[in-house]
Amino acid sequence: MNHLSLIIKREYLTKVRNKSFIIMTFLSPFIFVGIFALVAYLSSLNSDTVRKISILDETGLFADEFNSSPHMQYKILQNITLEAAKKEAEIEEIYGLLFIPKTENLEDLSKKITFYSEDSPSLSMMSDINNMLETRVNTLKLKEAGIDSETIKSLHIDINTNQETFKGKETSKLGSGLKLIFGGVAGYLLFMFIIIYGNMIMRSVIEEKTSRVIEVIISSVKPRVLLLGKIFGTTLAGIAQFLVWVVLILVLMTVVTSIFGVDAASASPSQQIMENSIDGGTQQVLHDVMLEINNLPILNLIVMFILFFVGGYLLYASLYASVGAAVDSETDTQQFMMPILMPLVLAVYVGFFTVMDNPHGTVSQVFSYIPFTSPVVMLMRIPFGVPVWQQIISVVILFGSFIGMVWFAAKIYRVGILMYGKKPTYKEIFKWLKY
Amino acid sequence: MKVGILSNQYIYILQIKFMEKLLVVNNVSKVYGDYKALNNVSIEVEKGSIFGLLGPNGAGKTTLIRIINQITLPDSGSVILDGEPLQPHHVKYIGYLPEERGLYKTMKVGEQALYLAQLKGLSKQEAKERLKYWFDRLQIGDWWDKKIQELSKGMAQKIQFVVTVLHKPKLLIFDEPFSGFDPINANIIKDEILKLRDDGATVIFSTHRMESVEEMCDHIALIYKSNKILDGKLIDIKRQYRSNMFEIGLITPNHAAISASLMEKFEVFPATFKSINDELQYKVKVPDSVATNDFVNYLTSQGQLTHFVEVIPSASDIFIETIQKN
Repeated sequence: MNHLSLIIKREYLTKVRNKSFIIMTFLSPFIFVGIFALVAYLSSLNSDTVRKISILDETGLFADEFNSSPHMQYKILQNITLEAAKKEAEIEEIYGLLFIPKTENLEDLSKKITFYSEDSPSLSMMSDINNMLETRVNTLKLKEAGIDSETIKSLHIDINTNQETFKGKETSKLGSGLKLIFGGVAGYLLFMFIIIYGNMIMRSVIEEKTSRVIEVIISSVKPRVLLLGKIFGTTLAGIAQFLVWVVLILVLMTVVTSIFGVDAASASPSQQIMENSIDGGTQQVLHDVMLEINNLPILNLIVMFILFFVGGYLLYASLYASVGAAVDSETDTQQFMMPILMPLVLAVYVGFFTVMDNPHGTVSQVFSYIPFTSPVVMLMRIPFGVPVWQQIISVVILFGSFIGMVWFAAKIYRVGILMYGKKPTYKEIFKWLKY
Repeated sequence: MKVGILSNQYIYILQIKFMEKLLVVNNVSKVYGDYKALNNVSIEVEKGSIFGLLGPNGAGKTTLIRIINQITLPDSGSVILDGEPLQPHHVKYIGYLPEERGLYKTMKVGEQALYLAQLKGLSKQEAKERLKYWFDRLQIGDWWDKKIQELSKGMAQKIQFVVTVLHKPKLLIFDEPFSGFDPINANIIKDEILKLRDDGATVIFSTHRMESVEEMCDHIALIYKSNKILDGKLIDIKRQYRSNMFEIGLITPNHAAISASLMEKFEVFPATFKSINDELQYKVKVPDSVATNDFVNYLTSQGQLTHFVEVIPSASDIFIETIQKN
């Protein structure tokens, strides 16, 4: 065990003292926030521009519908041919021209309205215009049928179904949304962590081979201990880096948002919801959110988040380590990367599609036991309430597989080091297990 | 009870047998897939000796060394170190300088040496003191804060040597220890190895450089195609391989006649050695039936004998001859 702590210490210090590691640790948040600020700045520029759109309405039915907004200016054209209107639009640098021809009846109109512009217009603007036209036509049709718009408005009732479990616990759509956000963030975080630091572990396992120090080391310590030490040491360095990132990004974000105003902050999904809620009406919603958060099984979530995050990360880390153990140099790792990434991507897909759709369905359940997918899938399921025994079984399987994986990697390592300069095939690796 | 006593006696006998031997390898075999790397190889290494492990490339030497270092496990057979079957904790009694060697490139010399020494079970304090001794001794003290990648290959080799011997192992295994050294440094390292031997360490020495085998080894074993084909004290092996060949120089007025009569009586080979005389120079193989003194008498009767030396087979000759025989 003394060996293990020595190796962990060395791995950690070498990583942390590495120049490019230090630079990346402090530069990445700046780049990240910089890009973010740039996008925020550009989109604020974008929304500042005013688009002029002229409307040639031969029917005369729509003129009142188009109210100019700060971003959109509408100009109603009258007594002018389409050709002349097009020409005028080009001369006056008007963004687009909406042409509504006169037709026999409203049904014919549906396919005859045309929007002319220099280049193809944005999807959101077109759907805005479409909506406006549709609402107007529908109102007109209802009027034709003898129902006036006031009646329609008074007939419209919003339904908000209350949700309650059999045991009387209130649930809500808002709560489901929060659960999804928690699961999504947890899954995504794990995914990122594995991708970034898995590679680092792999490189660190190859290090001994490229520097040929391996035989000296391996004549002093067991390969299993060496691999464990490398995984833990690199992970600790990773956690340190991650913490620096989180702190720096939070600080920088606060600075940036104070410069650019609320606009920039609205890009993060949780705040968007908050903001929508505030837009939607009252502080009451914010209060509801806090209430919902309290309703979540917080302690269970935190404990399981830590267990699954650590377990999932370690399992994938040991997979990366086995790849490092099997090859001689980084260029040979390509053929083995695919099988690692596949289950990880699968886990994220299952998490985001199946679990969201049906958190306790068969597919969700099965994938929350398979160790390669359970960290992501189970973490997304837990907020919806998973029996504790299921969670425990899943955690035990996960950590068991981690130990098994390290054993497997050590086995490959022991043989892999003795074969220099040859790219191994899967068949050979299988044979090595029997040596 | 009786069984107990018997087995105790047995262990006692075993201990006596192994007492003089630091390392005993018994019938070790190792198979990699379809390839047999070692076939029933046994060696015994006496305490305080230098044991030369010889053989052409790919013969199985490195596999044997790795088994002794517990890097790979043998398929069958056993290894006994200092009277005990090989166990994981024995790594601290062994110092191993592998042929494929290197150090962490970005680590500083001192830090790295400390790390490797601690892995071998030394405390940090102890390791520091011993490193200071060795660095002073080899006059490399000012390298302490340099990174390995800043050093030349020979310099890195010196560090590697220090790291190998630092924990005062009972058994030192050197695989091609002189590769990468210039002659001056090779000599320094050679002297250090001999000094370590004198201080009580046992050395296993694997090399292709026959002159260093000749100079240093007490005992050699030759491995060829996974089998041990020769084993014994170097001097005994040389006696075994002696061929009763003598190099002679003879001053005589009648070269042609003497040559002819020599060739008639003996097997004669041409020879050249440095001499200030104008003489006949030959290597002559004397049959066992002829006593050496009679041969000398014969020669002196033919002319003035200026040169008479027994040709002793060199380690290199023995190496080549044995392998060609197999």
